[in-house]
Amino acid sequence: MGIAAMLGSPIKRREDPRLITGQATYVDDIKLPGMLHMAVLRSPYGHARIKSINTEAARNQPGVVAVYTAEDLKGAVGDVAVAVPLGKMTEGMGIRKPLAEGKVRFYGDPVAVVIAQDRYTARDARDLIEVDYEPLPAAIDVEKAMQPDAPLLYEEFGTNVAFSMHPSTEEIDKVFEQTKADGGVVVKTRMVNQRLAPVPIETRGVVVEYHKALKTLNVWSSSQIPHLLRNILAATVGLPQHQVRVIVPEVGGGFGCKLNVYPEEICAAYAAMKTGQPVKWIEDRSENLAATIHGRDQVDYVEVAATKEGKITGLKIHGISDLGAYSQLFTDVIMIAFGFPVSCGAYDIPNIYLSGDIVFTNKVPTDAYRGAGRPEATYIAERAIDLVARELGKDPAEVRRLNFIKPDQFPYKSAAGAVYDTGNYEGALDKALQIADYQNLRAEQARRRAAGNGKLMGIGLSSYIEICGFGPKGTAPVGLYESARMRVEQSGTVMVYTGSSPHGQGEETTFAQIVAEEYGIPVENVMIIHGDTDSTPEGRGTYGSRTTAVGGSAVYEAAQRLKEKMKQIAAHMLEASASDVTLEDGKFFVAGSPQKAVTFAEVALTANLSNTLPPGIEPGLETTVFWEPDACVFPFGTHVCVVEVDKDTGEAEITRFVAVDDCGRQLNPMLVQGQVHGGIAQGVGQAMWEGVVYGEDGQLLTGTLMDYAMPIASELPSFELDHTVTLTPVNPLGVKGVGEAGTIGSTPAVANAIADALGVAHVDMPFKPENLWRVIHQA
Amino acid sequence: MAMKREITVTVNGKQYHSSVEPRLLLVHYLRDVLDLTGTHIGCDTSQCGACTVLLNGESVKSCTALAVQADGCEVTTIEGLAPEGSLHPIQEGFWEKHGLQCGFCTPGMIMASYQLLKDNPNPTEEEIRKGLEGNICRCTGYQNIVRAVQYAAEQMRTGTAEPVGTGD
Repeated sequence: MGIAAMLGSPIKRREDPRLITGQATYVDDIKLPGMLHMAVLRSPYGHARIKSINTEAARNQPGVVAVYTAEDLKGAVGDVAVAVPLGKMTEGMGIRKPLAEGKVRFYGDPVAVVIAQDRYTARDARDLIEVDYEPLPAAIDVEKAMQPDAPLLYEEFGTNVAFSMHPSTEEIDKVFEQTKADGGVVVKTRMVNQRLAPVPIETRGVVVEYHKALKTLNVWSSSQIPHLLRNILAATVGLPQHQVRVIVPEVGGGFGCKLNVYPEEICAAYAAMKTGQPVKWIEDRSENLAATIHGRDQVDYVEVAATKEGKITGLKIHGISDLGAYSQLFTDVIMIAFGFPVSCGAYDIPNIYLSGDIVFTNKVPTDAYRGAGRPEATYIAERAIDLVARELGKDPAEVRRLNFIKPDQFPYKSAAGAVYDTGNYEGALDKALQIADYQNLRAEQARRRAAGNGKLMGIGLSSYIEICGFGPKGTAPVGLYESARMRVEQSGTVMVYTGSSPHGQGEETTFAQIVAEEYGIPVENVMIIHGDTDSTPEGRGTYGSRTTAVGGSAVYEAAQRLKEKMKQIAAHMLEASASDVTLEDGKFFVAGSPQKAVTFAEVALTANLSNTLPPGIEPGLETTVFWEPDACVFPFGTHVCVVEVDKDTGEAEITRFVAVDDCGRQLNPMLVQGQVHGGIAQGVGQAMWEGVVYGEDGQLLTGTLMDYAMPIASELPSFELDHTVTLTPVNPLGVKGVGEAGTIGSTPAVANAIADALGVAHVDMPFKPENLWRVIHQA
Repeated sequence: MAMKREITVTVNGKQYHSSVEPRLLLVHYLRDVLDLTGTHIGCDTSQCGACTVLLNGESVKSCTALAVQADGCEVTTIEGLAPEGSLHPIQEGFWEKHGLQCGFCTPGMIMASYQLLKDNPNPTEEEIRKGLEGNICRCTGYQNIVRAVQYAAEQMRTGTAEPVGTGD
């Protein structure tokens, strides 16, 4: 590059050379002297009482160092952490021990761990552990699990429902009655947001090393949250925080599922502390599908009321969130805290009613998966708009237009509670319709319908919004800031230590661009260091599309602070007043006199080496910024999906996918597009193919990638992307966030296209040929 | 534990003599015995292709091959695709076209692309998508992977591809 990389340039990623040559270090690439391997024995039942465990044969196996069960862990380690326990969870319901005690509650529930000299021996020995189970009936279907006669996961609570909120319906009922009286419509439907597996291509993994003399624990983990992991793990194993160091090496994807502290991490730490030898655990894919958190799994009863013109007067949602068997970090709050506040979507809906139940079932816990609550809420809003359009015989694009929050209404407080920063929803819709050539698509569809032969064509829209950049003061149990420690070395190289922790997003590149832009220096002169709790300041981690908006803002503010100090030093060097000094293209000079300048590197050298700095100026150039936003940011956009469905086979194909996204200012458009591509593929994956399936007895039927249908290259179209730019005043960069937008926006676009193709009000996902064939042939 | 077997395998041009358990997977041999950790494991059941390497010049999924099956064979892994300090046009394409995010599927994706371009030096987009069906990427939506392979195909066809420095 050689010259300053302006923000907004699509520069190539600096992460890539190590990744494309096989030189990167992921957690499974770490090898320590004397390292032992852990294998986990898991429940083969969805629900069973543990009558006895016999580990003797496993312990006696050559090469086995230890076998641990819940008995060993009792009193030595704490429970699995839950951020905000709701309802009966405050009394212990759903709180998880690292290894199952008394009962197993889902297929894959960890029962024992084997520590051995190599991974093959550990697995051989695992197979020698004898567990006597008494199988119990399982609660699998979430609505059946709420019934009085359902099998109970936690008998002492007498129910599987952990928490309910059922406010009075009096007001919304009045709105609905009035709407009907005025000649409007009320449309109802039940929709299922099916359970998904996150499936990062790198599974989870951890290496733990314990120094007995120092009582320090070094933890290498494939994690999105190094500091939270350190803080929680320290508390769980009973060490002071400063004696635990978490290092996050290269991470092969997270999508929310590595935003947790899992039983296996606790067991590996315990084993390392007991044996005094390093312990490695690497999850295999079957374990990953069975025991890493799942996402979504929400059933919604939706009623929407609208005038005969299509203006929505009220939205009533009853959501049932399937928690699975235990609560992980955010399991219980996904629907209520992340979904409900954005239930109105991009629309000015004056009345909303939200009620919900969160329910334990004999499945792996659900938690944050790309979008976390927001895809479910968006799916409801976007489907509701189409239901109204269908009922009134109107064009869904026009119903959207009629209901959009208008640009002059921002900041906009939604009836569902969220305060939206900025937006121009109609602008994104118009652009998407233009790119898709919407009028012609509709005309073609009309022609094909009139002809009555060939494939069924459907067109679906989704004008999504997203809430991200968590989070403002007072909205979470802890401050959700991000941090940056910045040091300008005497060479002029800028070292940035960020508390954020990327796993594929390319922050090493974009954060360097922020600093290079501010200082007018080559991007190569900026180093971004992340993922080590001993060197980086405390951060909350990378999730919820928050890293650029919050972490990037911390970097920006740190650059500002050091710039001010460098101006003072430059003023001293130039014998001028600091207030007159300006920095442009890597040079400090008195405004109007660029011919007499000192370079960024010269000022850095002086700051670090000079013994004649003026009084009051401390040597060195280093600062730490903690940046906490005052508000959330709301990216948005419109996606258009065109599908063709074969009437005879039920097979659906996406023939076009247009996405116009607005994430505010784009720091690196190439990386933004990459995020959108990947996001759309995941959202399309949910709509078309993906779905975790359990049998009624609790057996996992999608236990390998042979059964769990991941999107592959040949099934996806080439996405047509464009964008609009609506800045936000919430942060100094004007950025919003784009990590989840594609996933949130795309699923409803596909769902609306399928319903449109089939000419029905609603079809539940995934749109596999069998499911669509049944709908076509019922009609 | 079964009796160990002697094998001789040439990996990235270097010959290794090893004594291995008959059940040892080729991918574990490469990663754990030879310390060539660029080849990754993503699924254990041959779906994801993260473990793709070349065995006697043909791409195989090394999580479903045994080390003993590679006895007497030549293996090329991502580490051996281009001379040290330079990039193969496919690697260059992935960098140039942002064909990777987390990078975990990338070594396997690159090795599968190598086979694809060997069989078909001038593939259409559809042929690229079909040819990479056995490799799963969760990050990119494949669009930029297609572009990366197209870029590499162009470079390799015009024969202008010189090894490219990694900028170190």
